[in-house]
Amino acid sequence: MQKPIATTRSMAGLPTGRLAVWWVIASEIVIFGGLLVSYIMHRLGHPEWGGYASHTNTWAGAFNTLVLLSSSLSAVLAHQAAERGDGKKAALLLRLTCLGGATFLGVKALEWSHEIRQGFVLSTNGFWSFYYTAAGLHALHVIAGMIIMLIVSRDASKGRELQRVELIGIYWHFVDIVWIFLFPLLYIAK
Amino acid sequence: MAEPATAHAQHPHNGAGHDHAHHDEGFFKKYLWSTDHKMIAFQYLFTGMLMAIIGGYFAYAFRMQLAYPGASVPGYGTVSPADYLMLVTNHGTIMIFWVAMPVLIAAFGNYLIPLMIGCDDMVFPRLNRLSYQIFLLSAIILIASFFVPNGGFSGAWTAYPPLSSQAAYHLTPWGASLWVLAVALEFVAFLMGGINFVTTVMNSRAPGMTPLRIPMVIWMIVIASILFMASVGPLVAGAVLLLFDQVLGTHVYDPNHGGDPLLWQHLFWFFGHPEVYVVLLPAMGVVAEVITVFARKKLFAYKTVLYTAIATGIISFFVWAHHQFVAGIDPRMANIFTVTTLIISIPIAEMVFVYLATLIGGSIRFTTPMLWALGFLGAFLVGGVTGIFLGSSGSDIYFHDTYFVVAHFHFTFFPIAFIGSFAAITYWFPKMFGRMMNETLGKIHFWGTIIPVNGIFLPLFIAGLAGDHRRIYSYMNFPDSAKPFLQDLRIMATVSLCVLIAFQFVFLYNFIVSLLRGPKADKNPWNANTLEWTAESPPPHGNFAEMPSVHRGPYEYGAPGRDQDFWPQNAAN
Repeated sequence: MQKPIATTRSMAGLPTGRLAVWWVIASEIVIFGGLLVSYIMHRLGHPEWGGYASHTNTWAGAFNTLVLLSSSLSAVLAHQAAERGDGKKAALLLRLTCLGGATFLGVKALEWSHEIRQGFVLSTNGFWSFYYTAAGLHALHVIAGMIIMLIVSRDASKGRELQRVELIGIYWHFVDIVWIFLFPLLYIAK
Repeated sequence: MAEPATAHAQHPHNGAGHDHAHHDEGFFKKYLWSTDHKMIAFQYLFTGMLMAIIGGYFAYAFRMQLAYPGASVPGYGTVSPADYLMLVTNHGTIMIFWVAMPVLIAAFGNYLIPLMIGCDDMVFPRLNRLSYQIFLLSAIILIASFFVPNGGFSGAWTAYPPLSSQAAYHLTPWGASLWVLAVALEFVAFLMGGINFVTTVMNSRAPGMTPLRIPMVIWMIVIASILFMASVGPLVAGAVLLLFDQVLGTHVYDPNHGGDPLLWQHLFWFFGHPEVYVVLLPAMGVVAEVITVFARKKLFAYKTVLYTAIATGIISFFVWAHHQFVAGIDPRMANIFTVTTLIISIPIAEMVFVYLATLIGGSIRFTTPMLWALGFLGAFLVGGVTGIFLGSSGSDIYFHDTYFVVAHFHFTFFPIAFIGSFAAITYWFPKMFGRMMNETLGKIHFWGTIIPVNGIFLPLFIAGLAGDHRRIYSYMNFPDSAKPFLQDLRIMATVSLCVLIAFQFVFLYNFIVSLLRGPKADKNPWNANTLEWTAESPPPHGNFAEMPSVHRGPYEYGAPGRDQDFWPQNAAN
């Protein structure tokens, strides 16, 4: 399919893709915002949830925070490489970012299986419902980001659609920032 | 910002070349797998019209039950209590999410945005196609939910838990989960569409189409899309939690296990009230286009309409709890939400006044679209004024959950979803299908719709004032409600509904016959200024033979010193 003229215009002064990614993020912010505000309101009404939260593994969460933040660094470096037109290097760095995402998900899987073995499942009580829903929704975003990143890196390694390296990077930073809210709310506040 | 010269070279956009290319495409590729914004608009339009028939049929069945309790309804059979709940629930769901949204925003948004801002398509044509496909899937899931064991969802369209979250209460476990799934998918479809709309209008306007030269209907669709994006997120999250409560045994909304049923009400109405303006604003935009063209006058105060629309959008995020005055919220909160609710009537009233001022001194032509536009203002006014009673917490305590509420929101939603859509369809029909509709049939349809609508809902105001509760299967079970004068009001409403439905066949006949055999429309049958009227009727793939550039605002009618009383936006002088 040919790109329509519409896609090539930038009346607002921003490239179309970047503009659209910001709107995607705006709509994602309200999804996570609604979920987290609901959680906080519940949490304020239920002091006993602090006790449930003490069963989460803060160190695993902290390690994951570190991994995810570091993976954003390689996303930024990938953007830099793409700006220089070095598609091969951008692709490599994007795959490194994916590795960070995979590590994050691996740690998450270990955590969850440990917690489920202890009998804390989605329906145990309100805290665990929000814990699995919020972290699960975030994990889905990590998975989606990794899939898109692999597609972008495949094109970038052939020097095609290099502007997408920046776009997926913006999205990845957003996924990071969501986690920065989730980590204290679900792990640290006890 | 300027058009890259290479874009023209790479994509020759002359109509003839594209017509030829289209002949080679198969039926599937042309009508079902198209990325052309116009075809996607038709897909939304026809799906929405089909869903309107289903929603109207449901209304017919349960209104017959209310007027003639227990009698067999012609074309449906006996309406059981379970049927009744399912019909009412899905009538509301369909009419708002599968009729008002797809027709007003998706169909006309898709059709008009590229044509009116002067470009060839949406910025993301494939995302656009995906958006419709997800919408179609959601419609299929909703329709499928009527045929599963125990039938469609019966927990009211607002789906308040714990009624909606526990099968022991709503008795339709399959229907309820499919309903939540369908609604959530529908939201996803419109999120995708909205991002596409907003990005297209921001970035792909024709050279010279500055923000204050954008036709009002486009502004309205953009503001509505942003409102939708900013309000629906929490409900998407809430819907996931509701689904978990239904299927996986969580207790987020269950007060017996530490959950909070009010949470859903907050999430639902935080979306639900902006949603009113999500569908209202595009209808207001359509009315602005139609009124200026058929009054042959400049829109009285373009900037005022624009700023009031933005103000409405912002205020609409601070009114939601007026739906919950009797839900046990803090009375001090009720005061605050009363004030915000009354405030939001100011910008809307201002908009109506601007439209009326536009009419003054115009050379008004009473064409069918113009009748619809004027009918919209009149009918919506009734809805708006009665809303003041419900927005004041004191009087709402009495009116809440009575037929007064039902009559009120139908006097807002019927003008929006139907009168607004009919104005849009009759106005843009020549552009969409290249043929003119029959004016006489159009006017018969108009009067055959506008009179019965008042016949349905004016009696219901009185029934509501008399205390008719809105969720009753048969009023004959309650001696106070079974009084003959109340029953006469219900019968009048039902008979009016039957008349209304009968007249819709006039529209369908007119629509189909005009589509096939109507007189050919030329490019600009209404002598309008906006860019879509400079394209062929119907516009080919790629829209414009030569991409237009814009020299003035959209409402330059009756400018002094010109031979013609209109001045197209793209005309150099």
